[in-house]
Amino acid sequence: MAATPALQVLTANRLRDGAVVYWQAGVWADEFKDADVFNDKAAADAALAAAMVFVKDRVVVNPYLFAVREEAGQIRAIEQREIIRGAGPSVRRDLGKQAKPSMEAFDVSI
Amino acid sequence: MYRYDEFDAKFVKERVAQFRYQVERRLAGELTEDEFKPLRLMNGLYLQLHAYMLRIAVPYGTLNSRQMRMLAHIARKYDKGYGHFTTRTNMQFHWIKLVDVPDILEDLASVEMHCIQTSGNCIRNVTADHFAGATDEEIEDPRPLCEIIRQWSSLHPEFVFLARKFKIAVGATPHDRAALLWHDMPVEIVKNEAGEVGYRVYAGGGMGRTPYIALLMKDFVKREDILAYLEAVLRMYNQDSRRDNIHKQRIKILVNAIGQEEMQRRVEREFEEIKASGSLQLPQEELDRIRAYFAPPKFETLDDKMPVGSYDFENWKKTNVHKHRAPGYAIATISLKAIGQTPGDISHVQMDALADLMDQFGIDEIRVSHEQNLVLPHARKRDLPAIFARLQKLDLATPNSGLITDIIACPGLDYCDLANARSIPIAKDIAKRFENLDRQHDIGELKIKISGCINACGHHHAGHIGILGVDKKGVEYYQILLGGSGAEDASVGNIMGPGFSAHDIGPAVERVVDTYVKLRQSGERFLDTYRRVGMEPFKNMAYLEQMYAAH
Amino acid sequence: MPLIKDGAFVQDAFVTVADDAALPDGAAIVSLARFQKDREALLARNAPLGIQLKAPENPELLGEDVQRFSVIVLEFPVFRDGRAFSWARMLRERLKFTGEIRGTGHFLYDQIAYMKRVGFDAWNVAEGFRLEQFHRALTEITNVYQPSADGKKTIRELRATPRP
Repeated sequence: MAATPALQVLTANRLRDGAVVYWQAGVWADEFKDADVFNDKAAADAALAAAMVFVKDRVVVNPYLFAVREEAGQIRAIEQREIIRGAGPSVRRDLGKQAKPSMEAFDVSI
Repeated sequence: MYRYDEFDAKFVKERVAQFRYQVERRLAGELTEDEFKPLRLMNGLYLQLHAYMLRIAVPYGTLNSRQMRMLAHIARKYDKGYGHFTTRTNMQFHWIKLVDVPDILEDLASVEMHCIQTSGNCIRNVTADHFAGATDEEIEDPRPLCEIIRQWSSLHPEFVFLARKFKIAVGATPHDRAALLWHDMPVEIVKNEAGEVGYRVYAGGGMGRTPYIALLMKDFVKREDILAYLEAVLRMYNQDSRRDNIHKQRIKILVNAIGQEEMQRRVEREFEEIKASGSLQLPQEELDRIRAYFAPPKFETLDDKMPVGSYDFENWKKTNVHKHRAPGYAIATISLKAIGQTPGDISHVQMDALADLMDQFGIDEIRVSHEQNLVLPHARKRDLPAIFARLQKLDLATPNSGLITDIIACPGLDYCDLANARSIPIAKDIAKRFENLDRQHDIGELKIKISGCINACGHHHAGHIGILGVDKKGVEYYQILLGGSGAEDASVGNIMGPGFSAHDIGPAVERVVDTYVKLRQSGERFLDTYRRVGMEPFKNMAYLEQMYAAH
Repeated sequence: MPLIKDGAFVQDAFVTVADDAALPDGAAIVSLARFQKDREALLARNAPLGIQLKAPENPELLGEDVQRFSVIVLEFPVFRDGRAFSWARMLRERLKFTGEIRGTGHFLYDQIAYMKRVGFDAWNVAEGFRLEQFHRALTEITNVYQPSADGKKTIRELRATPRP
């Protein structure tokens, strides 16, 4: 995408265990549903810059922003890759974040 | 199979300590991620979508029951209870924590296993025919040479920072089961006119963005000279490969850029130098010493009659039981392609049960094939019904070896950071469509290979039908390729045309297969019909629905 | 830049000279480009001469002159570029170079042992690099499977040696 997406979320992987984490007001949350959603570029970029401290401190690796959209009152990832990162493998619904009772089901059927 | 002596044991032990220190330094901030990444890759450790992935070496696809049990243990203790066998016959675990890896490596070392050079820009796992040592087709067992190459290439100081990965396979049969010519440096065991055994060496095979079949480098290298020749090839590659564009750094690019003759000339010149120095001569005693580890089990004198059994057993025999060189014995393929399951995946329960099965039936080794199945190389024919019954209970007895549902698929976007699209759901969908066994037998040999990205870990270039997942504006699409082969008639698949959606790819593949059934002549496999009639008829049928939709 | 040689920090006897700078009187290291331009003058000097090769520069380009250098510096533009491992080996084994082979640029602690095996005997390290790290690096892997320029006995040779 050439233009900055309207809504973005900041994510990374935890260094020690590789788990997917999401930026939530200066800390890293495990669940996509708890992630801060940025609707302006300045705030998103500021969060990304702040996240780099966590890289330096060996908490996470490779933080980056990705696009999300609002759908029926819910925030959803747009790219399949981020849907899967947020939930777990589509072919093993019993594993990953999706397996936790608190997680909403993501529809990744073919 | 090879057994470590004190030197091998010390080597892996020290490698574990070395990695433990690297992890410490990473966590302490003394290594950046950029510096740490190649170091962890050279111990098989990737950072994937959900967690780290650890790739464990299975040298030339050979495991004993003790090692199989350890893999089950690792699956339970450090992962989520299952593993995945890859197209390079290694084992992958998808849910690994970085901080656990030194301990995992230590556990592996206790059963003579490791993750050394299973990734990174270095010489990778050396692979061979999964029927090695059991088939009567081979000139000799290729695995002693594989082991010799493995040792020579382990932490080779000159070749641990190559331009790109380097894959070697050793072949010894007219019918190639190891995708030999798709490797960076295929080595074929051959006999010359004088009846001497030597090696035919190729270079420049590879998949990925630009697929190539390897080209001949030298027709006959004498046994004692083989390491000198391999080192010459590696040296020319290390010196002369590009370093400016990651997509142009495999040896296949170098060979095709300077040409086969020039590559041969450069290698030959270096080969003469290395030979003259004498340092890499491979004495007959050393080859014999390593060969002794691979001596076949003492085959009993057994009745060669093949037992008859249940309807299911008879079906399984048709595809999954293969001729063994010793009377009374057979080679049995254990399918990891149960319909609707992830190709190549295996649970800790299955792993432990297979170890028990091996012990109970006195089968010392189990093999991993590059097609993501397992093989019992030395099963007694009389034990086959009992073995089959056990496998059936474990959901490991799918009678589809070599048939259309024996699909190769990489982990794809469900697991892999590099992927553009999911491959496993496509494999499952296609397998379900062709589930009917009579239909499968009617179709015959048809190798479907699915990759979730251009890195081609699913070997889609070598599929009779290859499927490549691509990302089209954030949506998963699937390109069909036809006519690839990973056998001795190696060929690169041809792209059919625009991709199909996840919803449409299954039906498109069905139309392609139906076209084959309609057009085939007596005795033709899918691949033969394609080679005879070309792309056109298949393409027309595949896009039929799109054509109708457009009108 | 700190220089390690013979297991200790040493003073660099050489000055590395930029391509457009004047030559000092004493020991000097020049680039290949400079050497090719001022070859006669450089060889006529009565002072030790060194040359610094970039990663793509094959030592064979030095031809007969290779023995005229007291030191050959091999650059790592980035630690992933492993060409210098082959260049060092070539210098030692094929070209029979007996002078100093010095590593410079971006290489890791984890590469030091490999560098030694292929023929490096001097290392330009980063400020703050601790000498004990250098020695530690050389002890991580005791035995080796393959022969290299260091002449170290291989595991195969050790296996053949009768043990007490």
